[in-house]
Amino acid sequence: MSYIEIRNIFKIFGPNPQAALELAKSGSDKEEILAKTGHTVGLDDVSLSIEQGETFVIMGLSGSGKSTLIRHLNRLIDPTAGEISFGGENILAMDIPTLNAFRRKRLGMVFQRFGLLPHRNVMDNVAYGLEIQGTDRKTREDIARKWIERVGLAGYENKFPDQLSGGMQQRVGLARALATDPEVLLMDEAFSALDPLIRSDMQEELMKLQAELHKTIVFITHDLDEALRIGDRIAILKDGKLVQVGRPEEIILNPADDYVQAFTRDVNRGKVLRAKSIMEPTTGTISGDQADTSQVVRPDTVLDDILPMALASDQAIRVLDRNDKLIGTIKRQQVITALSHSPAN
Amino acid sequence: MFPEQLNVPLGKWVNQFVDWLVINYGAAFEAFADSLLTVLVALEQVLRGAPWWLVLIAIAAITWHASRNWKLVLGLVVAMFVIGTLGLWDKAMQTLALMIVATSLSVIIGVPVGIAMAMSNRLRAIMLPILDTMQTMPSFVYLIPALMLFGLGKVPAILATVIYAAPPVIRLTDLGIRLVDPEVLEASRSFGASRKQILFGVQLPLALPNIMAGINQTTMMSISMVVIASMIGARGLGEQVLMGIQRLDVGAGMEAGIAIVLLAVVFDRIGQAYGKRSQRTSSGEDA
Repeated sequence: MSYIEIRNIFKIFGPNPQAALELAKSGSDKEEILAKTGHTVGLDDVSLSIEQGETFVIMGLSGSGKSTLIRHLNRLIDPTAGEISFGGENILAMDIPTLNAFRRKRLGMVFQRFGLLPHRNVMDNVAYGLEIQGTDRKTREDIARKWIERVGLAGYENKFPDQLSGGMQQRVGLARALATDPEVLLMDEAFSALDPLIRSDMQEELMKLQAELHKTIVFITHDLDEALRIGDRIAILKDGKLVQVGRPEEIILNPADDYVQAFTRDVNRGKVLRAKSIMEPTTGTISGDQADTSQVVRPDTVLDDILPMALASDQAIRVLDRNDKLIGTIKRQQVITALSHSPAN
Repeated sequence: MFPEQLNVPLGKWVNQFVDWLVINYGAAFEAFADSLLTVLVALEQVLRGAPWWLVLIAIAAITWHASRNWKLVLGLVVAMFVIGTLGLWDKAMQTLALMIVATSLSVIIGVPVGIAMAMSNRLRAIMLPILDTMQTMPSFVYLIPALMLFGLGKVPAILATVIYAAPPVIRLTDLGIRLVDPEVLEASRSFGASRKQILFGVQLPLALPNIMAGINQTTMMSISMVVIASMIGARGLGEQVLMGIQRLDVGAGMEAGIAIVLLAVVFDRIGQAYGKRSQRTSSGEDA
């Protein structure tokens, strides 16, 4: 069983959700239920398994239910039906004090519009989670200072949120979520409100932190490029329904339906697809004359870096794993085919 | 003509209810009235007993604390001084004591009621028409039963003032809490804050500018009530206005009126200065 298990979650918004729930369970879609009962279907039979230590991205357009879904993980919203468990523990059965203890110790959340406390300075914002836990002032300020430094805001401890730029505010948000050392980091469109350059910086920062911390991250976004960049796995939601779950390459190479395909059309494949997903697997060892390093790539090398090699030589490019063991080959034609689905590239 | 058979004897019922209250709970009302009176009398003695310059210094100190603006301090001290030169110092101190007690009582009742209203839509639906009634009902209508329950004097005056003046602080506490950014609340909840931690750590501090505005309005309304309160035996500046009307002494009435306005200005400016202070989130104390 996975670390986070979400099973058959339904969320219906409205005064009498049970009637609409029956309709949803019998397969009626969102528009039909809205027309018949006046209830809005937020989530329609969503099941997901999220592994410990992975960065799991939930992607969808506005109204797809992605923000509703992430709020089920810390029960800011309760489902109409379904089950959610963390490490085998059913969080829907928790009473309020247990739930609060669970939120304090095991979860951190980062918000789209930052959700910082405007009446507290950076230090007190970052220390907020620890303060809620009842940590004494000295300890929590020491920990908060460490995280403020870590996200690059040393020297800003006494500034207030309205004195900081958007990117800096979100760094505070990130430091605040990490200060309690949670197992799971929930990020609700955390970088969507930021300028493109800052957003890219923050994505990098997050990946750097994750490489060290190995948190379980559930990341919500409406931006496929962002999803492909940071996600180990991606789930795509549409109208409250799960359309596809898979690794970034799987989503691009095998879109589940037209909806996903439409999304992936504009993706820069050269930056997403990697050697291991397009190679032809082979087994064997490298003989002497093949030990030429110029035509060798690693499984994680992206297509953009493989293309020049493929163009430079007619020979097949060899893919070697970490122990320099041959695991596959790539021909020029394969590179071109993989890239060719993307227009104007 | 509206058919007489359909008349509802509401007036009679209310009379019976008030009688029943007086007979059964008269002692309890008296005890409540006594404790309120004790506080009021003590405060009045302090204010009237203190030398006038000490009161001026206190006003100056409070104004400075609120605003850090020496021009405002000077202006308000002059306003209080003018009240003295009109020969109304003692009466102004009586009014001041009445006002402080009535405003404090309004805030003590109003802030928790406002908080409760913000938490419950049902309570809000019930309270809004009650607040409208409290503000529009002619005050004499509830002055009469208050007189029957508490007798003539300062206590019914305070209660009438509270009924009239509490609605703004209730409304603005409710509004202030409802206006707190929902994402900030969500953030607080997501960190596992209890309801108490959310209320005192997030909702009240962020609603404070609105609550302060409500307290300011409540103060203003309680000053405007002093004239009416004087008709049921509360002493002070209102008494002077009333006397001016009764004797057709336009001058005396005008003097008292000016003193009331000056007192209102002093309290409005102090209240506003505190309101502005509570809005400063960034430039804080070290500015």
